[in-house]
Amino acid sequence: MRGWHGAAAPPGRDTSVRTLETTMAGKPKLHYFNGRGRMESIRWLLAAAGVEFEEKFIETPEDWDKLRSDGHLMFQQVPMVEIDGMKMVQTRAILNYIATKYNLYGKDIKERALIDMYTEGIADLSEMIIVLPLCPPDQKEAKIALIKERTTDRYLPVFEKVLKSHGQDYLVGNRLSKADIHLVELLYYVEEIDPSLLANFPLLKVISLTAIRREGSHLPPQDLTFGLKPHNCLFSIPFCPPELAARG
Amino acid sequence: MATKPKLFYFRGRGRMESIRWLLAAAGVEFEEEFIETTEQYEKLLKDGRLLFGQVPMVEIDGMVLTQTRAILSYLAAKYDLYGKDLKETVRINMYTDGTLDLMLMIAVAAFKPPAEKEESLALVVKRAKTRYFPVFEKILKDHGEDFLVGNKFSWADIQLLEAILMVEELDASVLPEFPLLKAFKTRISNIPTIKKFLQPGSQRKPPPDSHYVEVVRSVLHF
Repeated sequence: MRGWHGAAAPPGRDTSVRTLETTMAGKPKLHYFNGRGRMESIRWLLAAAGVEFEEKFIETPEDWDKLRSDGHLMFQQVPMVEIDGMKMVQTRAILNYIATKYNLYGKDIKERALIDMYTEGIADLSEMIIVLPLCPPDQKEAKIALIKERTTDRYLPVFEKVLKSHGQDYLVGNRLSKADIHLVELLYYVEEIDPSLLANFPLLKVISLTAIRREGSHLPPQDLTFGLKPHNCLFSIPFCPPELAARG
Repeated sequence: MATKPKLFYFRGRGRMESIRWLLAAAGVEFEEEFIETTEQYEKLLKDGRLLFGQVPMVEIDGMVLTQTRAILSYLAAKYDLYGKDLKETVRINMYTDGTLDLMLMIAVAAFKPPAEKEESLALVVKRAKTRYFPVFEKILKDHGEDFLVGNKFSWADIQLLEAILMVEELDASVLPEFPLLKAFKTRISNIPTIKKFLQPGSQRKPPPDSHYVEVVRSVLHF
Protein backbone atom coordinates (compact mmCIF):
# COMPACT_ATOMS: atom_id res chain seq x y z
CA MET A 1 0.00 0.00 0.00
CA ARG A 2 1.28 3.40 -0.94
CA GLY A 3 2.53 5.39 2.05
CA TRP A 4 -0.07 7.41 3.90
CA HIS A 5 0.89 11.01 4.27
CA GLY A 6 -2.15 12.12 6.20
CA ALA A 7 -2.65 12.03 9.95
CA ALA A 8 -1.56 9.24 12.26
CA ALA A 9 -4.00 6.49 11.31
CA PRO A 10 -3.51 4.64 8.05
CA PRO A 11 -6.46 4.43 5.69
CA GLY A 12 -8.75 1.44 6.05
CA ARG A 13 -12.08 0.45 7.48
CA ASP A 14 -10.91 1.00 11.05
CA THR A 15 -11.21 4.71 11.57
CA SER A 16 -11.50 4.44 15.34
CA VAL A 17 -8.07 5.98 15.98
CA ARG A 18 -8.84 9.02 13.93
CA THR A 19 -12.31 9.39 15.44
CA LEU A 20 -10.82 9.26 18.94
CA GLU A 21 -8.22 11.82 17.94
CA THR A 22 -10.74 14.25 16.60
CA THR A 23 -13.29 13.70 19.35
CA MET A 24 -10.68 14.47 21.96
CA ALA A 25 -9.35 17.44 20.06
CA GLY A 26 -12.83 18.50 18.91
CA LYS A 27 -13.67 18.60 15.24
CA PRO A 28 -12.79 21.74 13.32
CA LYS A 29 -15.83 23.98 12.96
CA LEU A 30 -16.31 25.94 9.77
CA HIS A 31 -18.19 29.24 9.78
CA TYR A 32 -19.45 30.30 6.36
CA PHE A 33 -22.46 30.59 4.11
CA ASN A 34 -24.08 27.41 2.89
CA GLY A 35 -22.24 27.47 -0.39
CA ARG A 36 -18.82 27.04 -1.95
CA GLY A 37 -17.28 30.50 -2.02
CA ARG A 38 -13.92 30.77 -0.29
CA MET A 39 -14.58 27.95 2.13
CA GLU A 40 -14.83 25.18 -0.43
CA SER A 41 -11.08 24.66 -0.85
CA ILE A 42 -10.82 24.29 2.92
CA ARG A 43 -13.57 21.64 2.88
CA TRP A 44 -11.71 19.76 0.12
CA LEU A 45 -8.41 19.87 1.99
CA LEU A 46 -9.93 18.62 5.25
CA ALA A 47 -11.85 15.91 3.40
CA ALA A 48 -8.74 14.79 1.52
CA ALA A 49 -6.82 14.67 4.80
CA GLY A 50 -9.57 12.46 6.23
CA VAL A 51 -10.56 15.04 8.86
CA GLU A 52 -14.22 15.20 9.86
CA PHE A 53 -15.53 18.69 10.40
CA GLU A 54 -18.66 20.54 11.50
CA GLU A 55 -20.24 23.52 9.86
CA LYS A 56 -22.21 26.46 11.17
CA PHE A 57 -23.93 28.21 8.30
CA ILE A 58 -24.58 31.93 8.19
CA GLU A 59 -28.15 32.10 6.96
CA THR A 60 -29.63 35.40 8.12
CA PRO A 61 -28.43 38.97 8.64
CA GLU A 62 -28.73 38.26 12.37
CA ASP A 63 -26.30 35.32 12.11
CA TRP A 64 -23.83 37.57 10.33
CA ASP A 65 -24.20 40.42 12.79
CA LYS A 66 -23.80 38.13 15.76
CA LEU A 67 -20.64 36.54 14.43
CA ARG A 68 -19.10 39.95 13.96
CA SER A 69 -20.31 41.60 17.15
CA ASP A 70 -19.15 38.60 19.23
CA GLY A 71 -15.66 39.51 17.99
CA HIS A 72 -14.97 36.13 16.45
CA LEU A 73 -13.88 37.43 13.05
CA MET A 74 -10.48 39.09 13.17
CA PHE A 75 -10.99 41.23 10.08
CA GLN A 76 -14.79 41.02 10.05
CA GLN A 77 -14.61 38.40 7.33
CA VAL A 78 -15.27 34.74 6.74
CA PRO A 79 -14.09 32.03 6.19
CA MET A 80 -13.43 31.42 9.85
CA VAL A 81 -12.43 28.02 11.20
CA GLU A 82 -12.37 27.05 14.85
CA ILE A 83 -9.51 24.58 15.13
CA ASP A 84 -7.04 23.62 17.86
CA GLY A 85 -8.28 26.35 20.17
CA MET A 86 -7.89 29.09 17.57
CA LYS A 87 -10.41 31.12 15.59
CA MET A 88 -8.55 31.14 12.30
CA VAL A 89 -9.33 33.54 9.45
CA GLN A 90 -7.87 34.24 6.00
CA THR A 91 -8.32 31.39 3.58
CA ARG A 92 -4.64 30.93 2.79
CA ALA A 93 -3.58 31.00 6.45
CA ILE A 94 -6.16 28.30 7.20
CA LEU A 95 -5.18 26.14 4.23
CA ASN A 96 -1.48 26.38 5.04
CA TYR A 97 -2.11 25.43 8.65
CA ILE A 98 -4.13 22.36 7.69
CA ALA A 99 -1.61 21.36 5.03
CA THR A 100 1.29 21.59 7.49
CA LYS A 101 -0.57 19.76 10.22
CA TYR A 102 -1.58 16.88 7.94
CA ASN A 103 1.69 16.68 6.07
CA LEU A 104 0.46 17.91 2.72
CA TYR A 105 3.00 20.69 2.29
CA GLY A 106 6.15 19.09 0.91
CA LYS A 107 9.32 18.09 2.71
CA ASP A 108 11.24 21.40 2.78
CA ILE A 109 10.91 25.09 1.97
CA LYS A 110 11.87 24.62 -1.68
CA GLU A 111 9.08 22.07 -2.21
CA ARG A 112 6.78 24.38 -0.31
CA ALA A 113 7.69 27.25 -2.63
CA LEU A 114 6.71 25.13 -5.64
CA ILE A 115 3.50 24.03 -3.94
CA ASP A 116 2.71 27.67 -3.12
CA MET A 117 3.43 28.82 -6.65
CA TYR A 118 1.12 26.20 -8.14
CA THR A 119 -1.52 26.84 -5.47
CA GLU A 120 -1.54 30.58 -6.15
CA GLY A 121 -2.04 30.04 -9.88
CA ILE A 122 -4.88 27.61 -9.17
CA ALA A 123 -6.37 30.10 -6.69
CA ASP A 124 -6.32 32.90 -9.28
CA LEU A 125 -8.36 30.83 -11.74
CA SER A 126 -10.60 29.44 -9.01
CA GLU A 127 -11.28 32.98 -7.84
CA MET A 128 -12.63 33.88 -11.27
CA ILE A 129 -14.95 30.89 -11.08
CA ILE A 130 -16.01 31.45 -7.46
CA VAL A 131 -17.20 35.00 -8.10
CA LEU A 132 -19.07 34.09 -11.29
CA PRO A 133 -22.46 33.64 -9.56
CA LEU A 134 -22.18 37.22 -8.33
CA CYS A 135 -21.50 38.63 -11.78
CA PRO A 136 -24.16 40.89 -13.35
CA PRO A 137 -26.03 38.97 -16.10
CA ASP A 138 -24.88 41.26 -18.91
CA GLN A 139 -21.21 40.64 -18.10
CA LYS A 140 -21.49 36.92 -17.54
CA GLU A 141 -20.87 35.70 -21.05
CA ALA A 142 -17.67 37.72 -21.35
CA LYS A 143 -16.46 36.50 -17.97
CA ILE A 144 -17.08 32.87 -18.88
CA ALA A 145 -15.22 33.35 -22.16
CA LEU A 146 -12.26 34.80 -20.26
CA ILE A 147 -12.30 31.93 -17.77
CA LYS A 148 -12.24 29.41 -20.61
CA GLU A 149 -9.38 31.21 -22.31
CA ARG A 150 -7.33 31.42 -19.14
CA THR A 151 -8.04 27.77 -18.40
CA THR A 152 -6.75 26.44 -21.71
CA ASP A 153 -4.07 29.05 -22.43
CA ARG A 154 -2.57 30.03 -19.11
CA TYR A 155 -3.24 27.50 -16.36
CA LEU A 156 -3.88 23.95 -17.51
CA PRO A 157 -0.89 23.84 -19.87
CA VAL A 158 1.40 24.61 -16.92
CA PHE A 159 0.19 21.66 -14.87
CA GLU A 160 0.12 19.30 -17.84
CA LYS A 161 3.73 20.26 -18.50
CA VAL A 162 4.79 19.78 -14.86
CA LEU A 163 3.34 16.27 -14.80
CA LYS A 164 4.83 15.44 -18.17
CA SER A 165 8.27 16.72 -17.19
CA HIS A 166 8.75 14.42 -14.21
CA GLY A 167 6.30 11.66 -15.12
CA GLN A 168 5.21 11.28 -11.50
CA ASP A 169 1.70 10.98 -10.15
CA TYR A 170 1.80 14.14 -8.06
CA LEU A 171 2.81 17.69 -8.83
CA VAL A 172 5.59 18.06 -6.25
CA GLY A 173 8.07 15.71 -4.64
CA ASN A 174 6.44 12.51 -5.81
CA ARG A 175 3.82 12.59 -3.10
CA LEU A 176 0.40 14.03 -2.42
CA SER A 177 0.34 17.67 -1.40
CA LYS A 178 -2.22 20.44 -1.14
CA ALA A 179 -1.30 21.47 -4.69
CA ASP A 180 -2.73 18.20 -6.05
CA ILE A 181 -5.91 18.58 -4.03
CA HIS A 182 -6.47 22.17 -5.13
CA LEU A 183 -5.82 21.16 -8.73
CA VAL A 184 -8.29 18.28 -8.63
CA GLU A 185 -10.91 20.62 -7.14
CA LEU A 186 -10.24 23.10 -9.96
CA LEU A 187 -10.54 20.38 -12.59
CA TYR A 188 -13.98 19.49 -11.26
CA TYR A 189 -15.04 23.15 -11.65
CA VAL A 190 -13.59 23.33 -15.15
CA GLU A 191 -15.49 20.19 -16.05
CA GLU A 192 -18.70 21.72 -14.68
CA ILE A 193 -18.23 24.75 -16.91
CA ASP A 194 -17.31 22.79 -20.03
CA PRO A 195 -15.86 19.26 -20.12
CA SER A 196 -14.34 19.87 -23.55
CA LEU A 197 -11.84 22.26 -21.90
CA LEU A 198 -10.00 19.22 -20.57
CA ALA A 199 -9.76 17.55 -23.97
CA ASN A 200 -6.16 18.49 -24.67
CA PHE A 201 -4.82 17.67 -21.22
CA PRO A 202 -4.59 13.90 -20.93
CA LEU A 203 -2.35 13.89 -17.86
CA LEU A 204 -4.70 16.17 -15.96
CA LYS A 205 -7.58 13.82 -16.63
CA VAL A 206 -5.52 11.12 -14.99
CA ILE A 207 -4.58 13.17 -11.93
CA SER A 208 -8.17 13.90 -11.18
CA LEU A 209 -8.83 10.19 -10.89
CA THR A 210 -5.69 8.87 -9.27
CA ALA A 211 -4.50 11.59 -6.90
CA ILE A 212 -7.39 11.41 -4.53
CA ARG A 213 -8.38 7.82 -5.22
CA ARG A 214 -4.99 6.32 -4.33
CA GLU A 215 -4.27 8.19 -1.14
CA GLY A 216 -7.84 8.00 0.01
CA SER A 217 -8.46 4.61 -1.45
CA HIS A 218 -10.52 3.50 1.51
CA LEU A 219 -13.05 6.15 0.58
CA PRO A 220 -15.35 5.55 -2.35
CA PRO A 221 -15.50 8.69 -4.54
CA GLN A 222 -18.81 9.76 -3.00
CA ASP A 223 -17.21 10.22 0.42
CA LEU A 224 -15.09 13.00 -0.98
CA THR A 225 -18.23 14.98 -1.48
CA PHE A 226 -18.97 14.93 2.25
CA GLY A 227 -19.60 18.54 3.10
CA LEU A 228 -18.82 19.65 -0.44
CA LYS A 229 -21.30 22.02 -1.92
CA PRO A 230 -23.23 21.72 -5.15
CA HIS A 231 -22.80 24.02 -8.09
CA ASN A 232 -24.39 27.46 -7.89
CA CYS A 233 -25.27 27.03 -4.25
CA LEU A 234 -23.98 30.51 -3.54
CA PHE A 235 -26.73 31.80 -5.78
CA SER A 236 -29.48 30.17 -3.84
CA ILE A 237 -28.62 31.48 -0.38
CA PRO A 238 -31.30 33.93 0.66
CA PHE A 239 -28.88 36.26 2.36
CA CYS A 240 -25.70 37.60 0.84
CA PRO A 241 -23.96 40.48 2.63
CA PRO A 242 -23.22 43.55 0.51
CA GLU A 243 -19.42 43.14 0.75
CA LEU A 244 -19.55 39.70 -0.77
CA ALA A 245 -21.88 40.84 -3.52
CA ALA A 246 -19.67 43.86 -4.23
CA ARG A 247 -16.65 41.67 -4.86
CA GLY A 248 -18.21 40.22 -8.00
CA MET B 1 29.78 32.71 -3.16
CA ALA B 2 26.00 32.84 -3.30
CA THR B 3 24.50 34.96 -6.03
CA LYS B 4 22.14 37.73 -5.02
CA PRO B 5 18.41 37.25 -5.54
CA LYS B 6 17.26 39.00 -8.71
CA LEU B 7 13.90 40.69 -8.95
CA PHE B 8 12.04 41.13 -12.24
CA TYR B 9 9.30 43.76 -12.21
CA PHE B 10 8.33 47.24 -13.28
CA ARG B 11 10.13 50.20 -11.78
CA GLY B 12 7.56 50.78 -9.09
CA ARG B 13 5.87 49.27 -6.06
CA GLY B 14 2.99 47.14 -7.31
CA ARG B 15 3.13 43.57 -6.09
CA MET B 16 6.90 43.51 -5.75
CA GLU B 17 7.25 46.09 -2.98
CA SER B 18 6.48 43.73 -0.09
CA ILE B 19 9.19 41.42 -1.42
CA ARG B 20 11.69 44.30 -1.50
CA TRP B 21 10.78 45.19 2.10
CA LEU B 22 11.22 41.62 3.30
CA LEU B 23 14.62 41.20 1.65
CA ALA B 24 15.80 44.60 2.88
CA ALA B 25 14.62 43.96 6.43
CA ALA B 26 16.42 40.61 6.40
CA GLY B 27 19.59 42.43 5.34
CA VAL B 28 19.74 40.62 2.00
CA GLU B 29 21.24 42.46 -0.95
CA PHE B 30 19.33 42.01 -4.18
CA GLU B 31 19.48 43.02 -7.83
CA GLU B 32 16.64 44.27 -9.94
CA GLU B 33 15.82 44.13 -13.63
CA PHE B 34 13.17 46.66 -14.53
CA ILE B 35 10.65 45.85 -17.24
CA GLU B 36 10.22 48.89 -19.41
CA THR B 37 9.24 47.58 -22.83
CA THR B 38 6.93 44.99 -24.31
CA GLU B 39 9.96 43.36 -25.93
CA GLN B 40 11.58 42.71 -22.56
CA TYR B 41 8.39 41.20 -21.25
CA GLU B 42 7.88 39.04 -24.28
CA LYS B 43 11.41 37.73 -23.98
CA LEU B 44 10.75 36.67 -20.40
CA LEU B 45 7.60 34.92 -21.59
CA LYS B 46 9.30 33.26 -24.52
CA ASP B 47 12.17 32.05 -22.33
CA GLY B 48 9.55 30.35 -20.16
CA ARG B 49 10.58 32.13 -17.00
CA LEU B 50 7.12 33.33 -16.03
CA LEU B 51 5.16 30.29 -14.94
CA PHE B 52 1.72 31.82 -15.46
CA GLY B 53 2.90 34.61 -17.72
CA GLN B 54 3.05 37.07 -14.85
CA VAL B 55 5.42 39.10 -12.70
CA PRO B 56 6.64 39.45 -9.92
CA MET B 57 9.36 36.95 -10.68
CA VAL B 58 12.38 36.33 -8.46
CA GLU B 59 15.44 34.25 -9.27
CA ILE B 60 16.74 32.86 -6.01
CA ASP B 61 18.59 29.75 -4.89
CA GLY B 62 18.48 28.20 -8.32
CA MET B 63 14.72 28.64 -8.58
CA VAL B 64 12.62 30.88 -10.80
CA LEU B 65 9.77 31.84 -8.48
CA THR B 66 6.58 33.65 -9.33
CA GLN B 67 3.41 34.41 -7.34
CA THR B 68 3.89 37.08 -4.72
CA ARG B 69 2.79 35.05 -1.72
CA ALA B 70 4.87 32.03 -2.69
CA ILE B 71 7.94 34.26 -2.87
CA LEU B 72 7.16 36.02 0.41
CA SER B 73 6.57 32.75 2.31
CA TYR B 74 9.82 31.29 0.99
CA LEU B 75 11.80 34.35 2.05
CA ALA B 76 10.14 34.53 5.45
CA ALA B 77 10.98 30.88 6.13
CA LYS B 78 14.50 31.16 4.76
CA TYR B 79 15.39 34.19 6.85
CA ASP B 80 13.74 32.94 10.03
CA LEU B 81 10.98 35.52 10.04
CA TYR B 82 8.11 33.03 10.10
CA GLY B 83 7.64 32.11 13.76
CA LYS B 84 9.03 29.22 15.75
CA ASP B 85 6.17 26.75 15.31
CA LEU B 86 2.98 26.18 13.37
CA LYS B 87 0.77 28.22 15.70
CA GLU B 88 3.06 31.25 15.36
CA THR B 89 3.29 30.75 11.61
CA VAL B 90 -0.48 30.72 11.20
CA ARG B 91 -0.79 33.95 13.18
CA ILE B 92 1.87 35.56 10.99
CA ASN B 93 -0.05 34.33 7.93
CA MET B 94 -3.34 35.72 9.22
CA TYR B 95 -1.80 39.13 9.88
CA THR B 96 0.17 39.34 6.63
CA ASP B 97 -2.79 38.15 4.55
CA GLY B 98 -4.75 41.02 6.09
CA THR B 99 -2.12 43.71 5.51
CA LEU B 100 -1.43 42.42 2.02
CA ASP B 101 -5.15 42.70 1.18
CA LEU B 102 -5.01 46.33 2.27
CA MET B 103 -1.85 47.13 0.30
CA LEU B 104 -3.07 45.42 -2.85
CA MET B 105 -6.16 47.64 -2.75
CA ILE B 106 -3.77 50.59 -2.99
CA ALA B 107 -1.74 49.01 -5.78
CA VAL B 108 -4.85 48.28 -7.82
CA ALA B 109 -6.37 51.74 -7.25
CA ALA B 110 -3.55 53.34 -9.26
CA PHE B 111 -5.05 51.86 -12.45
CA LYS B 112 -8.58 53.13 -11.97
CA PRO B 113 -10.10 56.24 -13.54
CA PRO B 114 -9.73 59.33 -11.30
CA ALA B 115 -13.15 59.32 -9.56
CA GLU B 116 -13.06 55.59 -8.88
CA LYS B 117 -9.46 55.86 -7.74
CA GLU B 118 -10.33 58.51 -5.16
CA GLU B 119 -13.21 56.37 -3.91
CA SER B 120 -10.99 53.29 -3.65
CA LEU B 121 -8.30 55.13 -1.75
CA ALA B 122 -10.88 56.59 0.63
CA LEU B 123 -12.10 53.06 1.25
CA VAL B 124 -8.51 51.94 1.97
CA VAL B 125 -8.18 54.62 4.65
CA LYS B 126 -11.55 53.66 6.10
CA ARG B 127 -10.61 49.97 6.15
CA ALA B 128 -7.28 50.78 7.75
CA LYS B 129 -8.94 52.83 10.48
CA THR B 130 -11.87 50.51 11.18
CA ARG B 131 -10.84 47.02 10.15
CA TYR B 132 -7.08 46.58 10.23
CA PHE B 133 -5.34 49.03 12.55
CA PRO B 134 -7.67 48.39 15.51
CA VAL B 135 -6.83 44.68 15.29
CA PHE B 136 -3.09 45.27 15.44
CA GLU B 137 -3.43 47.90 18.15
CA LYS B 138 -5.31 45.34 20.25
CA ILE B 139 -2.77 42.59 19.60
CA LEU B 140 0.04 44.83 20.80
CA LYS B 141 -2.02 45.96 23.78
CA ASP B 142 -2.99 42.42 24.82
CA HIS B 143 0.53 41.04 25.01
CA GLY B 144 2.44 44.25 25.63
CA GLU B 145 5.39 43.01 23.60
CA ASP B 146 7.46 44.83 21.01
CA PHE B 147 6.58 42.56 18.10
CA LEU B 148 3.33 41.13 16.83
CA VAL B 149 4.11 37.43 17.25
CA GLY B 150 6.17 35.42 19.70
CA ASN B 151 8.09 38.39 21.09
CA LYS B 152 10.35 38.21 18.08
CA PHE B 153 10.75 40.25 14.91
CA SER B 154 8.90 38.56 12.04
CA TRP B 155 7.51 39.08 8.56
CA ALA B 156 4.27 40.28 10.20
CA ASP B 157 6.05 43.29 11.71
CA ILE B 158 7.76 44.23 8.45
CA GLN B 159 4.53 44.11 6.51
CA LEU B 160 2.57 46.04 9.12
CA LEU B 161 5.14 48.84 9.03
CA GLU B 162 4.96 48.87 5.25
CA ALA B 163 1.15 49.10 5.40
CA ILE B 164 1.21 51.87 8.02
CA LEU B 165 3.54 53.99 5.91
CA MET B 166 1.47 53.45 2.78
CA VAL B 167 -1.74 54.45 4.52
CA GLU B 168 -0.08 57.50 6.05
CA GLU B 169 0.86 58.59 2.55
CA LEU B 170 -2.87 58.67 1.81
CA ASP B 171 -3.90 60.26 5.10
CA ALA B 172 -1.33 61.53 7.57
CA SER B 173 -3.90 61.74 10.36
CA VAL B 174 -4.61 58.01 10.78
CA LEU B 175 -2.05 57.06 13.38
CA PRO B 176 -2.72 59.30 16.42
CA GLU B 177 -5.75 57.23 17.43
CA PHE B 178 -3.51 54.17 17.61
CA PRO B 179 -0.78 55.02 20.16
CA LEU B 180 0.73 51.55 20.25
CA LEU B 181 0.96 51.44 16.46
CA LYS B 182 2.59 54.83 16.56
CA ALA B 183 5.23 53.51 18.96
CA PHE B 184 5.51 50.33 16.88
CA LYS B 185 6.16 52.39 13.77
CA THR B 186 9.04 54.25 15.44
CA ARG B 187 10.49 51.12 16.95
CA ILE B 188 10.46 49.02 13.78
CA SER B 189 11.67 51.93 11.64
CA ASN B 190 14.74 52.11 13.83
CA ILE B 191 15.81 48.54 13.21
CA PRO B 192 19.12 49.08 11.36
CA THR B 193 18.24 47.22 8.14
CA ILE B 194 14.88 48.95 7.94
CA LYS B 195 16.30 52.33 8.82
CA LYS B 196 18.69 51.91 5.92
CA PHE B 197 15.85 50.94 3.58
CA LEU B 198 13.92 54.06 4.58
CA GLN B 199 16.75 56.37 3.57
CA PRO B 200 16.76 58.08 0.17
CA GLY B 201 18.71 56.15 -2.46
CA SER B 202 17.57 52.73 -1.26
CA GLN B 203 15.70 50.28 -3.47
CA ARG B 204 12.40 51.26 -1.94
CA LYS B 205 10.08 52.56 -4.65
CA PRO B 206 7.90 55.70 -4.61
CA PRO B 207 4.09 55.63 -4.84
CA PRO B 208 2.75 54.93 -8.35
CA ASP B 209 2.60 57.95 -10.65
CA SER B 210 1.10 58.37 -14.10
CA HIS B 211 4.34 57.34 -15.83
CA TYR B 212 4.43 54.05 -13.93
CA VAL B 213 0.80 53.35 -14.79
CA GLU B 214 1.49 54.14 -18.43
CA VAL B 215 4.45 51.76 -18.64
CA VAL B 216 2.56 48.89 -17.00
CA ARG B 217 -0.49 49.40 -19.20
CA SER B 218 1.57 49.48 -22.36
CA VAL B 219 3.63 46.41 -21.49
CA LEU B 220 0.69 44.33 -20.28
CA HIS B 221 -1.73 45.65 -22.90
CA PHE B 222 -4.64 46.76 -20.76
